[in-house]
Amino acid sequence: MGDWPLLSIVTFLPLVGAIFIFLIRGEEELVARNARNVALWTTVITFAISLLIWINFDNSTAQFQFVEQGTWIGAGINYHMGVDGISMLFVILTTLLMPLCILASWESITVRVKEYMIAFLVMETLMIGVFCALDLVLFYLFFEGGLIPMFLIIGVWGGARKIYASFKFFLFTLLGSVLMLIALLYMYVDAGTTDIPTLMSHNFDPEVQKWLWLAFFASFAVKMPMWPVHTWLPDAHVEAPTAGSVILAGVLLKMGGYGFLRFSLPMFPVGSEVFANLVFTLSIVAIIYTSLVALMQEDMKKLIAYSSVAHMGFVTVGIFTFTDQGVTGSIVQMLSHGLVSGALFLCVGVIYDRLHTREIARYGGLVHNMPRYAFFFMVFTMASVGLPGTSGFVGEFLTLVGAFKVNTWVAALATTGIILGAAYSLWLYRRVVFGQLVKEDLKGMLDCNRREILIFAPLVVGVFWMGIYPAPFLEVVEVSVANLVEQHEAALEAARQTMTAAAQVGN
Amino acid sequence: MPNHAVPDFAPAAPEIFLAGAAMALLMLGVFRGDGSSRLVSWLSVLSLIVAFFMVQMLPDGTGITFAGMFITDPFAVFMKSLVLIGSALAIVLSLGYVRAEGFERFEYPILILLASVGMMMMISANDLISLYMGLELQSLPLYVLAAFKRDSTRATEAGLKYFVLGALSSGMLLYGCSLIYGFAGTTNFTALADSLRGSEDVSLGLLIGVVFLAAGLAFKVSAVPFHMWTPDVYEGAPTPVTAFFATAPKVAAMALFLRAMLDPFANLVSEWQQIIVFVAVASMILGAFAAIGQRNIKRLMAYSSIGHVGYALIGLAAGTETGVRGVLIYMAIYLAMTAGTFACILCMRQKEGMVESIDDLSGLARTSPLMAAAIGIFMFSLAGVPPMAGFFGKLYVFKAAVDSGMYLLAVIGVVTSVVGAFYYLRIVKLMYFDEPAEAFEKPAGMELSLVMAGTGLFTLFFFVYPAPLVLWAQAAAAALLG
Repeated sequence: MGDWPLLSIVTFLPLVGAIFIFLIRGEEELVARNARNVALWTTVITFAISLLIWINFDNSTAQFQFVEQGTWIGAGINYHMGVDGISMLFVILTTLLMPLCILASWESITVRVKEYMIAFLVMETLMIGVFCALDLVLFYLFFEGGLIPMFLIIGVWGGARKIYASFKFFLFTLLGSVLMLIALLYMYVDAGTTDIPTLMSHNFDPEVQKWLWLAFFASFAVKMPMWPVHTWLPDAHVEAPTAGSVILAGVLLKMGGYGFLRFSLPMFPVGSEVFANLVFTLSIVAIIYTSLVALMQEDMKKLIAYSSVAHMGFVTVGIFTFTDQGVTGSIVQMLSHGLVSGALFLCVGVIYDRLHTREIARYGGLVHNMPRYAFFFMVFTMASVGLPGTSGFVGEFLTLVGAFKVNTWVAALATTGIILGAAYSLWLYRRVVFGQLVKEDLKGMLDCNRREILIFAPLVVGVFWMGIYPAPFLEVVEVSVANLVEQHEAALEAARQTMTAAAQVGN
Repeated sequence: MPNHAVPDFAPAAPEIFLAGAAMALLMLGVFRGDGSSRLVSWLSVLSLIVAFFMVQMLPDGTGITFAGMFITDPFAVFMKSLVLIGSALAIVLSLGYVRAEGFERFEYPILILLASVGMMMMISANDLISLYMGLELQSLPLYVLAAFKRDSTRATEAGLKYFVLGALSSGMLLYGCSLIYGFAGTTNFTALADSLRGSEDVSLGLLIGVVFLAAGLAFKVSAVPFHMWTPDVYEGAPTPVTAFFATAPKVAAMALFLRAMLDPFANLVSEWQQIIVFVAVASMILGAFAAIGQRNIKRLMAYSSIGHVGYALIGLAAGTETGVRGVLIYMAIYLAMTAGTFACILCMRQKEGMVESIDDLSGLARTSPLMAAAIGIFMFSLAGVPPMAGFFGKLYVFKAAVDSGMYLLAVIGVVTSVVGAFYYLRIVKLMYFDEPAEAFEKPAGMELSLVMAGTGLFTLFFFVYPAPLVLWAQAAAAALLG
């Protein structure tokens, strides 16, 4: 298998599927059925092939693996793909969520099915590309290109305020990203190449680093999203179709965290150090404020959206502790959140498909007639709370350990977020699932069918696997993170020495 | 070179051929009448294609002839290629329209041919005199074309407006030329560059001359604050004429702008740079904000083109080889996007005739999905969203700005591009999110669909292999500054 360009195959296979769907002609009903089948098979096969990446992945090295290089534009901008311990699991997360998204849209999407499936498959290619790209321009291409299909997914198949939500999503993210583009160009001019491994070892001027860091921060903070630029997220989540929300929460938000790990930390160590306290402050505000906001929500999707912002706050805290535990914890937290928040949106989708409302007050007592659903919902609620034994616990625990090492106040304040998280999650669960089944229209609702069980099963397995036996995940991440932290400290030390030397010369 | 010697015609062979072809076709048209307009159109396209290949066959390196008035170099070859492609596309785009609207007149393609000769002359001008000659040879056919639909008040108004304002700008340009001649004592670009090289203090009169020259050229590329004619003329002129205005003449004027600023006045960079920076910033801002309120798609494209000129001028403002390369790549991609967009606009025909309101595009994704996809590609590309071609255009001009340390200019550029993205997105929204309006008629003839498909695929798949265009532009830029 060694000679196969595995990453390119995984990245571009969905695109091939999209072209097949594009070519389907015929009656509308038939086209829709074929489009669904092609999309499902494409994503399943992509997932199967992506597992080969994991199987053949070497845990003992921090080097990039499965590297592919080819000439592209020239002059230092080339086609360069590869994964390391930081990015590999995000690829798997993406390929895992995609078939579930297609399944979740099986019956709920009835109009323009062909275009819907094309948009999702194109989206998958772009998302995998983001995590595999080892060239800045290539990365930017995938990163920004993803806006187009997501814009269409929200705008065409979204809810009542879909136009507002899609525009806000697009313009917010674009504004953040274009500033990154300028920084990217500066780095290209300074280093003469956009090759990411080369740039990681390139020493940027400490003063300039601060600006570059801020420019990249603008992009990733919006994507993440961090308070106060998170406001696009609740709108986008609420209006997007179920599968769109899953992709948004499960994968798109991870791009911000991944960006911090891939670019901000290794390339701008001084900038990261200088602004770490800013990140802590914003993260703490995000954790506490958005948790409080989540408590007050009437709309299920909005509640989960705000909880996502809070959970991402833990991720940014973890990353900027620059400790092994913190960074590992943030990666695990991102993976866990990818599964859990995706699953929670799917849970909302299940009852939304039946009753066509997301208002919490319209539900209640579902445990009586939907026991299987109540079980799934409970598992994911617990994982979201961070109950030991579920994936959420591992990530949050490691992050807090990292934070505690660096700054006890940050750790203490972040921990209140866990308490608030338990409050809004459990309260949501109580209001929807427990209580008396009094509402007439709820009584007729059927429990999860086989398709829905099939969607939830892998997520339940993932949540418990990561919670009870996280070693396989941690082993993948370990060496790369250790290397990242080490490099970061070495670079920081070097910069400090240069600065003292410069100061002495100045004296 | 002694004056009585016969000049070397070889470097100007494509221009001479095209001028000859235009006159021969004029004869053909005169003797065969308006019935021959279709034949004349196709023969004109053929002549442009032949001229295109003649341009490619020019020997490498720089050739100067006509007593230093005329220059060909790889830069000229690049720009002439774009102009010829643009002109040929404009004729092809007009075929269906002239048939449907009933103004089949054989003069139409011939005027485009003559304007093309003028544009090629502009690109090759190496003297203020030949510059002016080319500019006027280009402008006069354009005035006529703008008013070509002479029964329409809107078209004649557009033609007259364009003529009056164009004459004003020519006047400013000529005034600038005369000042330059008066203070420098020569009109030749090479001689001007030589006389300015190394001299520390430049006379104020010469500077004022350069300012007037820049103003005249800014008018031709429709940069703010000399843009007022653009929306009215774009809206009033017949749509295929607008398509022509938006493509080839823009490219030619930009080429002239580059050569005039960077060849004779290369030493005055610090003087004219501030003008270009201001013009670029103002154009980007106006292009982004003024287009938001437009409901007429041709007016919208006018403001969009003003904005795009602003982005291209960033490259000129940088004043470096990277900057010129950025402009060249930008113009090539702009040409494809704009021609494609206008092919789509020309397809906007309902039962009662052409429509121009963007609301007529509502729900296009249901009624004609392929055309909606094409417009979608062009809009995302115009907005500069990767992976569309438009992104690479912006990438290279912004790179030039960052390269020259003009960070603020680059930041203004990207921020206005986000504002601009709003109105491009609105068109996508109309097509994809809204309920269908009345469907369009089938496009008249295959030509529009072909142009749409060709430029659409180019715009969409440019990212796969951008290297050839980048390298070609690199070589052309090196030649201009070498």
